[in-house]
Amino acid sequence: MSDATLPSAAATPPRSASRARSESPVVQVALIAISLAFLLLFLLLPLVTVFVEAAAKGWEAYRAAITEPDALAAIRLTLLVAAIAVPFNIIVGIAAAWAIAKFEFRGKDLLISLIDLPFSVSPVISGLVFVLLFGAQGYFGPWLQANDLKIVFALPGLILATVFVTFPFVARELIPHMQSLGSADEEAALTLGASPWRVFFAVTLPNVKWSLFYGVLLCNARAMGEFGAVAVVSGKIRGLTNTMPLHIEILYNEYMGAAAFAVASLLAGLALVTLVLKTLLEWRYGDAIAASGRH
Amino acid sequence: MSVAVTIETIEKRFENFPALRGVSLDIQPGELVALLGPSGSGKTTLLRLIAGLEEADRGRVLFGETDTRELSLRDRRIGFVFQQYALFKTMNVAENIGFGLKSRPRRERPSNEDIRKRVGDLLDLVQLPGLEKRYPSQLSGGQRQRVALARALAIEPRVLLLDEPFGALDAKVRKDLRAWLRELHGRTGHTTVFVTHDQEEALELADRVAILNEGRIEQVGSADDVYDHPATPFICEFLGEVNKLPVKVVGSQAFFGDRPVLGGLSQNQGGPASLYVRPQHLRIVDETPLALPGTVEHLRRNGPIRRAEVAVEGLKKRLEVDLASQVAPAIGERIRLRITHGNLFAAA
Repeated sequence: MSDATLPSAAATPPRSASRARSESPVVQVALIAISLAFLLLFLLLPLVTVFVEAAAKGWEAYRAAITEPDALAAIRLTLLVAAIAVPFNIIVGIAAAWAIAKFEFRGKDLLISLIDLPFSVSPVISGLVFVLLFGAQGYFGPWLQANDLKIVFALPGLILATVFVTFPFVARELIPHMQSLGSADEEAALTLGASPWRVFFAVTLPNVKWSLFYGVLLCNARAMGEFGAVAVVSGKIRGLTNTMPLHIEILYNEYMGAAAFAVASLLAGLALVTLVLKTLLEWRYGDAIAASGRH
Repeated sequence: MSVAVTIETIEKRFENFPALRGVSLDIQPGELVALLGPSGSGKTTLLRLIAGLEEADRGRVLFGETDTRELSLRDRRIGFVFQQYALFKTMNVAENIGFGLKSRPRRERPSNEDIRKRVGDLLDLVQLPGLEKRYPSQLSGGQRQRVALARALAIEPRVLLLDEPFGALDAKVRKDLRAWLRELHGRTGHTTVFVTHDQEEALELADRVAILNEGRIEQVGSADDVYDHPATPFICEFLGEVNKLPVKVVGSQAFFGDRPVLGGLSQNQGGPASLYVRPQHLRIVDETPLALPGTVEHLRRNGPIRRAEVAVEGLKKRLEVDLASQVAPAIGERIRLRITHGNLFAAA
């Protein structure tokens, strides 16, 4: 008897069910339209402008702009700064995330706020802090000069400022993920006799590899693109302490628009590569990313 | 291989919360013991203490003659199965099970060939042959549980510890796995301690049950011991359903109000007491002596058992009465109940 009532209950048209759950079509279209218009106006248009302006004076001019010695020096310096700042922030970021996610200790809340500090402080101020500390008139200035060490207006200052500004990216990606994972996997590995190093490299790190990867991508993009903090500590010595963003600004101020946009197109290209890489990985390893618990 | 576990007056506090307050327990080699209690009773803390995942404030745990405080986590050789299994998501089943063997120091580590063979044997043992290449996300709950068990068994543990082993499974799988685990224990003979809040599970599976409440062990004994001879009112109420009657003991009889309800008492404690009676120990009778009059207010069915709820004058809660094979009374009918068995505790 109950069998006879089943088919009619199951025969509810699927369409009505889906409509019941969603908004009315007008609202849907309006929301999509607004999002699209915003994306076009504020994201896509500037990006396209960069490439159009860069190509405005033809391929030869473009090539010349990015291969002249000062531009090459800026590119090298940017890559060097990133190559030091990013690995440093990976290690410290993992350590901080680990400490916060796996242990209870006094001052934990303070540490979490401190990690966010670089985000809440204007980059210019973070740059100024380093000048105040290590500049010629700064607290450590005389001592540094006596020992013939140069930090501000030199590579160490650029690295310090970049490390400071980009520190939160890795830690901020890892902390929520590690917290949501808890410690059971690590405890299981320990009871199975694994050494702490093995627990870290065989269990903890693989569990958070996607979050770590996102963190590193974002950290790297910012490290290469940072302007404010770096501008203060750099001194903008051409060919010596000019990174790509600083070089672009100088070119632009000297009315060399096409050249400025040419170098800018490289940075924009980096952003695109980051985006493509992220999308590719999500598309290729979507299941693994979902399985590891990251949206 | 299996060792005796001796727990000596363990105390453990978390912040301001006393999780364990002087717990002692002797576990024989090869024994299967359940730690049973409501949440917050300290049972999981005790299990983690045996494992070495927590440290006691006072007291100690011995494996055989060895004080476990002298052993590293690796040297304790614990097989711990976590509540949510804690399988390594990024490793397949074979890598999960082989993890413990691969983690051994180089000179004690078996060859890859031996590890592969051992993993195969263990998968046969937990009845999941051929699943080496699967990932945990591709397994059902019951399969994950068995892989977690195989992983714990791979290191040839001295003691097997299971935290709510069936907690995350649905009812049907639970029952199957329960029988299977009992049988596996019979074959492998590991000293095993498991934590559960499900009294049915504890009574069915364990050689002995230790019942915890508020950081203390209230009673340890076989299923029959603790069920038929509960040591405290808490155990009476925690193990299965029970009716509670305030009575007064005079001589060899217990009185509810001025009516004698239970006779032949050997205890010579007089005065107010609580009488605990299970639903199956109340019988509908015709004669009057030692009977409790009441009115049937509700009838329901609980699986194979028919249950009557009977209101008794002077008692706030209705009595639960199992009808077994008796003819069901009608709702509103006045009946008399005889108490065939009860547990008496002096009122606190």
